[in-house]
Amino acid sequence: MRRFSYTINSENGIHARPAGVLVKAGSQFKSDIILYKGEKHANAKSLFSVMGLGVKDGERIDIEISGEDEDSASENIEEVLQNYFRAVKAEETLA
Amino acid sequence: MKVLKGIGVFKGIAFGKLHMFEKKTCTIEKREISNAENELKRYKSANDIAVRELGDLYNKALKDVGEENAMIFQIHQMMLEDMDLVCFIENLIETQMVNAEYAVSEAARKFSMMFAAMDDEYMKQRSSDVKDVCQRLICALISSRSESNAKSKLSYIIGADDLTPSETIQMDKKTVKGFVTMQGSHNSHTAILARTMNIPAVVGLGGQLKEKYEGCEIIIDGFSGTVYINPDVTTVRRLKKKKELCDHQNELLKELKGKKNITIDGKTVDICANVGSPADLDGVVQNDAGGIGLFRSEFLYLRRDDYPSEEEQFMAYKNAAVKMNGKRVIIRTMDIGADKKADYFDLPKESNPAMGYRAIRICLDRPEIFKTQLRAIYRASAFGKISVMFPMIISREEVVEAKRIVRQVCDELDRDNIPYSREVEIGVMIETPAAALISDELAKEVDFFSIGTNDLTQYSLAIDRQNNKISSMYNPHHKSILRMIKMVADSAHKNGIWVGICGELAADEALTETFLSMGIDELSMSAPFILGIRKKVLEINVDEVKEKIIKDLSF
Repeated sequence: MRRFSYTINSENGIHARPAGVLVKAGSQFKSDIILYKGEKHANAKSLFSVMGLGVKDGERIDIEISGEDEDSASENIEEVLQNYFRAVKAEETLA
Repeated sequence: MKVLKGIGVFKGIAFGKLHMFEKKTCTIEKREISNAENELKRYKSANDIAVRELGDLYNKALKDVGEENAMIFQIHQMMLEDMDLVCFIENLIETQMVNAEYAVSEAARKFSMMFAAMDDEYMKQRSSDVKDVCQRLICALISSRSESNAKSKLSYIIGADDLTPSETIQMDKKTVKGFVTMQGSHNSHTAILARTMNIPAVVGLGGQLKEKYEGCEIIIDGFSGTVYINPDVTTVRRLKKKKELCDHQNELLKELKGKKNITIDGKTVDICANVGSPADLDGVVQNDAGGIGLFRSEFLYLRRDDYPSEEEQFMAYKNAAVKMNGKRVIIRTMDIGADKKADYFDLPKESNPAMGYRAIRICLDRPEIFKTQLRAIYRASAFGKISVMFPMIISREEVVEAKRIVRQVCDELDRDNIPYSREVEIGVMIETPAAALISDELAKEVDFFSIGTNDLTQYSLAIDRQNNKISSMYNPHHKSILRMIKMVADSAHKNGIWVGICGELAADEALTETFLSMGIDELSMSAPFILGIRKKVLEINVDEVKEKIIKDLSF
């Protein structure tokens, strides 16, 4: 299992279009990809689920990825977060 | 007549009967089914159809409005294929043995409520996306059982609370002449789509748009964001005219954009635009102007309480230079006075202001105002191709003095290490008979002439064209005017400088042959006329007409 955290740094947070990009990226992998925001969580392969999380600019999300391709999935998701959301990796990860 | 004010999102005019748009809703009945497998198959194939339709819409939008705007349809596709939505629908069909339509409508309710309950305005609005895609799915389910109803064939202007992107992009441009909505802003999805699809539209009308207007004749003016309900005869006539001009323009645009201004016998002329404010700049580019032949700087001075700062002017000139991307921008120094008054100038009351203290006369008398403007112009010259032009010149001495002040300004810029172009052309307007008659002398002092035919006519004929009693005598085709123009053109060419016309005559098609025969190098006019004159130029053979035209004008 891989865990990491990011702070979203994109003007509109994770809105429809950016959510679409994230979901597209996540759907390529077999691993389970879960986003956590506070007490809520979302399946990163479902647009409704990700949008329902309502992540705004400056908010922190924790990502948990587990499965056979978790390494490449992590790499890919981190890339999307950095490039598309200009997200900044947080020091501490989900306990 | 009722006049409604909203936000115009596409600059166009549309006439038509208002038809209040009813969302394509199908009444959903809950039915019990006997075979879940069959129902799941029905759902699956309807979903495929809906996804495919959205794919088509995406491709259409991609072509019409670009990837950024088209992406909304991909999002809609993703929604239909979303595993949460699919699972919810399939689960309902299997466990409750209900028809697919009902299951989808329940899914629409659940997921749109989820968005509506969010504390984010943007996300709240996404609930309409969910309803939109589910509606599409339900329609696909229903039409797989019955034939879809035929479309209306009449011309309408669609009125609605709001329109979804898919409703907008599917509008049949043959029947839908425009649309008006209560919601929406300049940058909503729908507005952007309308703009890129060339459908005149006014949005954001709010409660002004009422159901009771259904069936009324209406006119949309997308230029001003105005909607006229049951317009009166004068309004109809006025807007018909505006529409004709606009349609004509669009035709010309398609046909002539990108073409050279070249006559049958190979003579070329530059066709440029007159600009009165930054708002005109878009039109200049759209109408394919060769440059800006007259940038009136008065807008910077009027309707305010104090002189515009150097910085403010610099920004305005720089923007124009950058926007024109290397094409020439001729900035005319301020022409305040006469009918253009600004209180803070503290100008004396005059009994004959047209012949009074104005333009270059103020500038040379109060050089601090002039220098601020010149500094701003020269600083802006570092960002594009800028020329400067002095108005209302009557003597060589004025030109010499103005140029001396220009040199002072350049020296100061050099001293302060502020960059400017060393190739700024200096020109004068020829708009007084005096300037025309000494144009041979003036030509030795400047790089170009621009003939201001409005004032030249008024001063030559001694006709105030604002005076209704005599305005019918205001005749810019008067032989005296044409002779002066020819004289100015000859003086210019003898001295190796170029000459343009920036008054209203420049756009007068009846004189284009005459001007080309005289060898006028540039015509500058209000942007909407440019392509009409280009068309005219393309039809002219100067060799054939020149001799006769010049002979008719000679002494």
